[in-house]
Amino acid sequence: MTFLSKRLVLLMNKFWIILSHTYVSKVKTKSFIITTAIAIALIIGLANIQSIMELFSDEESKTEIAVLDETNQMYDSLRENLAQTDEGLSLIEYQGTMEEAKLDVGEDTYHAFLYITAMDQGIPEASYYSKNVGMDPLRASIQQHLQQMKVTIAANQVGIEQGTVEEILSPVQFDVVSLSDNGAVDPTTKTEEELNEARGLVYVMLFLLYFAVLTYGNMIAMDVANEKSSRVMEILISSASPVQQMFAKIIGVALVGLTQIGLFILVGFIMLNQKRNELTGGVFDYFGLQDVTASTFVYALVFFLLGYLLYATLAAMVGSLVSRVEDVNQLMLPIIFLIIIAFMVAMFGLNAPESTFVKVTSYIPFFTPMLMFLRVGMLDIPFWETGLSIVIMVITIYILALIGARIYRGGVLMYGRSTSLKDFKQAIQLSKKE
Amino acid sequence: MTLHLEKVTKRFGSFTAVDNLSLEIPEEHIFGFLGANGAGKTTTFRMILGLLDATEGSIHWNGQPISYNKSDLIGYLPEERGLYPKLKVKDQIVYLGRLRGMPKSKVLPELDEWLDRFKVPDYKDKKIEELSKGNQQKIQFISAVIHKPKLLILDEPFSGLDPLNVELLKQAVIDLKDQGTSIVFSSHRMEHVEELCEHLCIMQQGKPIVHGALTDIKRSFGKKNLFIHADFPLEFLQDLPGVVDYKPVTQGCALQIESESISQKVLAEIQGKGFVRKFELEEPSLNDIFIEKAGASYE
Repeated sequence: MTFLSKRLVLLMNKFWIILSHTYVSKVKTKSFIITTAIAIALIIGLANIQSIMELFSDEESKTEIAVLDETNQMYDSLRENLAQTDEGLSLIEYQGTMEEAKLDVGEDTYHAFLYITAMDQGIPEASYYSKNVGMDPLRASIQQHLQQMKVTIAANQVGIEQGTVEEILSPVQFDVVSLSDNGAVDPTTKTEEELNEARGLVYVMLFLLYFAVLTYGNMIAMDVANEKSSRVMEILISSASPVQQMFAKIIGVALVGLTQIGLFILVGFIMLNQKRNELTGGVFDYFGLQDVTASTFVYALVFFLLGYLLYATLAAMVGSLVSRVEDVNQLMLPIIFLIIIAFMVAMFGLNAPESTFVKVTSYIPFFTPMLMFLRVGMLDIPFWETGLSIVIMVITIYILALIGARIYRGGVLMYGRSTSLKDFKQAIQLSKKE
Repeated sequence: MTLHLEKVTKRFGSFTAVDNLSLEIPEEHIFGFLGANGAGKTTTFRMILGLLDATEGSIHWNGQPISYNKSDLIGYLPEERGLYPKLKVKDQIVYLGRLRGMPKSKVLPELDEWLDRFKVPDYKDKKIEELSKGNQQKIQFISAVIHKPKLLILDEPFSGLDPLNVELLKQAVIDLKDQGTSIVFSSHRMEHVEELCEHLCIMQQGKPIVHGALTDIKRSFGKKNLFIHADFPLEFLQDLPGVVDYKPVTQGCALQIESESISQKVLAEIQGKGFVRKFELEEPSLNDIFIEKAGASYE
């Protein structure tokens, strides 16, 4: 008993030594520090994007548009309406001819020139002259206001009151209610709002997993290939078992990843807290995470970890097969394809989570972390389905770890130029217990 | 702690790297492991270390198979340099030492001692890639012995070193042996093997062709070397029965003779022919034995 526990302590000891060596040596590298710093700067920049944009658009804060109003009725109400929606815009009633106004726009005295005439029955007609008509949000805004004025004028002419017009124009009330099989209202089905929130989390998850597999998978493969090409591997595997090394490496790099992603989330969270007032509405509502259930978060964590483990094991296997660092990318390609395919299917699935295609692919272990999570987040699926997919993943990881460990053991002693599937066979043979 | 290899065979597909090798490597000895390139030395080392499994046969150390729970007692210096190029000498040795079950606090003083001994104390904070090949070799050696292994496998430990440094390392190997380490030593430099090893084995294409104590091997080889320096021509000696080989040298000749007794016949032949300055009968060198046994292709 004491002998066994002593051995276990010894094993764990070496595991920790390798793990901490991997972690510390990775975190200390320049590339890690630089990428982390750049990403954090990017997050801070994005959070302050409004202030930054204001900094640059200071001079153009008041955009002046010259208006020549032949009807003599439109100008005032148009200016009032615009003042409510577009603060940075000011209309100037132009004193001069149309040709002079066009020249002024050409000389940048005004941002644009608006020429309003009236058709029969006082309905306005307008021309908009500007040097850059393509990317001009003001144009659409002015057009919209004129449209409203046209509707009001036309309605007035046939004797419809202002209030009635507004009623006509207001959007229709359209409720969506989901029913279960017995015709009762089904409370578990997610509303559009909930779906959007889930979609937001799924998006975050997809990108994180994609990023993690590409970055950290590559890091593992590179690390193993590095130890192989510098031949230090031969000493390492005579000191500690390859399986131990492989998993210490995988978990060590996972901790590197957690450190990095944790830093991102921390900075992001601080920024969000600071900017809470500014950031309401728009894209942040779409990604709104405040109402996501705890179980969804737990699933996110579980699928993220399983997904990472699966791909990291593959990457370690790949790293042990090449003998030069340059060959890593070539062998990483199939793994990258797998994750890209998973990503593509997930993107498709975001808009059609119920489709059979998504359902079937969510059981394929390489796609499960993205697709099953997508389904869990966006649909109400029975627990056994999620459970089954998790079991399939765990079994796959276990099998891959077994194969990976053998390939690792054989592969690290294999030095050659070729990087083909034949190597897998050879590596397994090298490690075969006969 | 004797190391036993019993009828060990290793096949890679149809290729047999090691063929029915039986060895006994005694405790606290330096055992020479020789063979031309590709003779199966490295494969044998890897099997001893447990990196490869033998196709047939078994390897026991002190009566037990070697596994990872013994790795703290084993040191290994592979033929190819294997160190992290970007890591500092100190970090490198600490990491490798800890992997052999040695706490950092014990590695550091030990490392200082070794660096002093190898006359490179200021390399402690240098990266491996900044060192010359010979100095990398010293660090590699330290990484193999820092944990005072009971079994040490040295695959070409002196390659890339100048004669002064070879002496430093050679003395270190001898000291380790005296402190109770069993050492398996492979080299292509016969004079090193001759100097260090009491027991040895010569491999050829995976088979041991010579195996035993150095003195026994030399005795049983039978042939002797005879050096003669004289003022008169000696060419006629090559036709003498019992003379296997004749090589002219500047002041005379070097003969290889079938047995000791031939030397007396040679002496009788040259007596009275002139002035003989040197007449010396010598044991055959390991180099002679190796060349004859392992094939003439060897340098």
